[in-house]
Amino acid sequence: MSAQTAVRPVRILVAKVGLDGHDRGVKVVARALRDAGYEVIYTGLRQTPEMVVDAALQEDAQVIGLSIHSGAHMTLFPAVVQELKRRKATDIVVFGGGIIPEDDIAALKKKGVAELFTPGTPLQDIVDWLRKRFPQGGN
Amino acid sequence: MKVRARDAKEVWKEEFESSPSRDDGIETSTISGIPLKPLYTADDLPKREEEMPGLFPYTRGIHSGGYRGRLWTMRQFSGFATAEETNKRYKYLLANGQTGLSVAFDMPTLMGQDSDAPTSRGEIGHCGVAIDSLADMETLFDGIPLGEITTSMTINSPAAILLCMYIAVAEKQGVPASALGGTLQNDILKEFIAQKEFIFPPEPSMRLVVDSIEYCAKEVPKWNTISISGYHIREAGSTAAQELAFTLADGMAYVDACIERGMRIDDFASRLSFFFDAHIDFFEEIAKFRAARRIWARWMRDRYGAQDERSLKLRFHTQTAGVSLTAQQPELNIARTAIEALSAVLGGTQSLHTNAMDEVLALPTDKAARLALRTQQLLAYETGVANTIDPLGGSYFVEALTDEIERQAEAYFKRIEELGGVIPAIEASFFQKEIADSAFKYQQELEQKRRLMVGVNEFTVDDEEPMEILRIDPKLEGEQVARVQNVRRTRDQARCTKALAALRKAAEGTDNLMPYILESVRAYATEGEIMNTLIEVFGIYTEKAVI
Repeated sequence: MSAQTAVRPVRILVAKVGLDGHDRGVKVVARALRDAGYEVIYTGLRQTPEMVVDAALQEDAQVIGLSIHSGAHMTLFPAVVQELKRRKATDIVVFGGGIIPEDDIAALKKKGVAELFTPGTPLQDIVDWLRKRFPQGGN
Repeated sequence: MKVRARDAKEVWKEEFESSPSRDDGIETSTISGIPLKPLYTADDLPKREEEMPGLFPYTRGIHSGGYRGRLWTMRQFSGFATAEETNKRYKYLLANGQTGLSVAFDMPTLMGQDSDAPTSRGEIGHCGVAIDSLADMETLFDGIPLGEITTSMTINSPAAILLCMYIAVAEKQGVPASALGGTLQNDILKEFIAQKEFIFPPEPSMRLVVDSIEYCAKEVPKWNTISISGYHIREAGSTAAQELAFTLADGMAYVDACIERGMRIDDFASRLSFFFDAHIDFFEEIAKFRAARRIWARWMRDRYGAQDERSLKLRFHTQTAGVSLTAQQPELNIARTAIEALSAVLGGTQSLHTNAMDEVLALPTDKAARLALRTQQLLAYETGVANTIDPLGGSYFVEALTDEIERQAEAYFKRIEELGGVIPAIEASFFQKEIADSAFKYQQELEQKRRLMVGVNEFTVDDEEPMEILRIDPKLEGEQVARVQNVRRTRDQARCTKALAALRKAAEGTDNLMPYILESVRAYATEGEIMNTLIEVFGIYTEKAVI
């Protein structure tokens, strides 16, 4: 990797955790990130925290984006962070989106979720946040 | 006369073209992208015989009396936490003048798994009420006479099980199945297309749907066996025409499947019902509802040879658009919902759910739920809109838009047929891609401010007061887990084992599964146990993940 001069794109694994099948948001965000130059892998529906972390490691992702609309975010988002700790992969950044009340956002950030985006967020805000977080691209 | 009218139009046209136009970059097409003229006139009216309410093709309504005969049913979708909590909410809503019940189940129940399954963790009671067995269902309807109210149940993959639980609760209340009225969503095709709460592959899923339709035609004749739903298709991002076309195509696929089973069209078609979204583009929605009735009546008569008038009449429930609501300045949602509800009423809906202003944040509080119901009561009793049948019939604009949406739907039917029908089109990700494309296009329009959402991409405020929302007590999860485990400990295990074995054997054959499911439910087999028995035979479906 050190020999490479070109900027490697950041690899983002986007995943639907939990039981709900509302995939409108995750698909729109996935397309927008892809259009912004990121490498996006979408896992599909109903991923357990273990499955998400497995996939992230296999795909060599630097970022995991989680989407949920069922209200189980307080259980499942921290479970992904915990699983990353267990697998010694805490360098992978976790962010999330969905219907997440204000109070829960603070609690989730304390538990290691880097950022949360709620309904009405402009796609550009998510892209800007990633650019700031990964100024060097995926290098 | 005619010459003068044309002259006036020409004068208007000249003046319009020379007058300044708003230059704000906002789209003038409908929210679905149908281009609109600035003015519609008599020239836009189609040349056809006058349509009348209660008469084929029912564009103007299925009842000759409109809402003069009876108002729409005010049916608020509701359910949260445990059966006991939800039972209290139902009694509260009924005491406040609600006229029918509508059950929202939690995610584990919708996905056919028990509360103590590992993947139910964190999900119990959040999106609706947790139901694991007949015991929970008995609590849910405790003190509510099932012979006197009608109930809608939003459940799909495990629909047959929940219907059997309802029948079994009624038995215990001394109400025969033949007296039960209500609706089962039971629409698995739109799950594959949009909402994605599928479990079995399409073929056995369709078998279960047809089993329930066939069973109810004989045993529960007043039950609406299926609510063919566009709501979820629209909420997933489709346009109005896609919502209409995909939903009616699903409807025809169910009709085909029932006919293939050997049923006669007029024996079941009158119990098919529909469920549409009422989005924020007011006139487009009214046109969609009107077009729905016309298309369905024509297809039922001309393609399926239905003769009973009731088979031709498209009846539908409406819910205002969840996706149109905003977490920002949520009080605005009251205004949005009122406008959407008005479109449903002007479009002739049979029943209506109005969303609560806080539903974009969580399940509604008592106060928000009551405000939403009051919005319907206000429409029904204050505004006078229910006094005239199809009040927008004959509007140059609404008639032209009705025709345009009908034309777009018919074009989709052709494409779906070319793909080999609904199920092959699902397997080819046709619907999923169409919907995702529309959703992305709309999002881009928002980003570019070619469409505005008040409070989101314009007219924002910086510091918003947080709204009080309904919180689900995390203790409930443990209690519900204990409850289902207690049911397993205290039931007649021999009867339960025998019932599940019989169900499994029947699933391997071709018998109608409803009597076997009913016996399993009566024996207090849990929902998860019944589903797992069927999964052993039917397998599960995994979707190809496409962005």
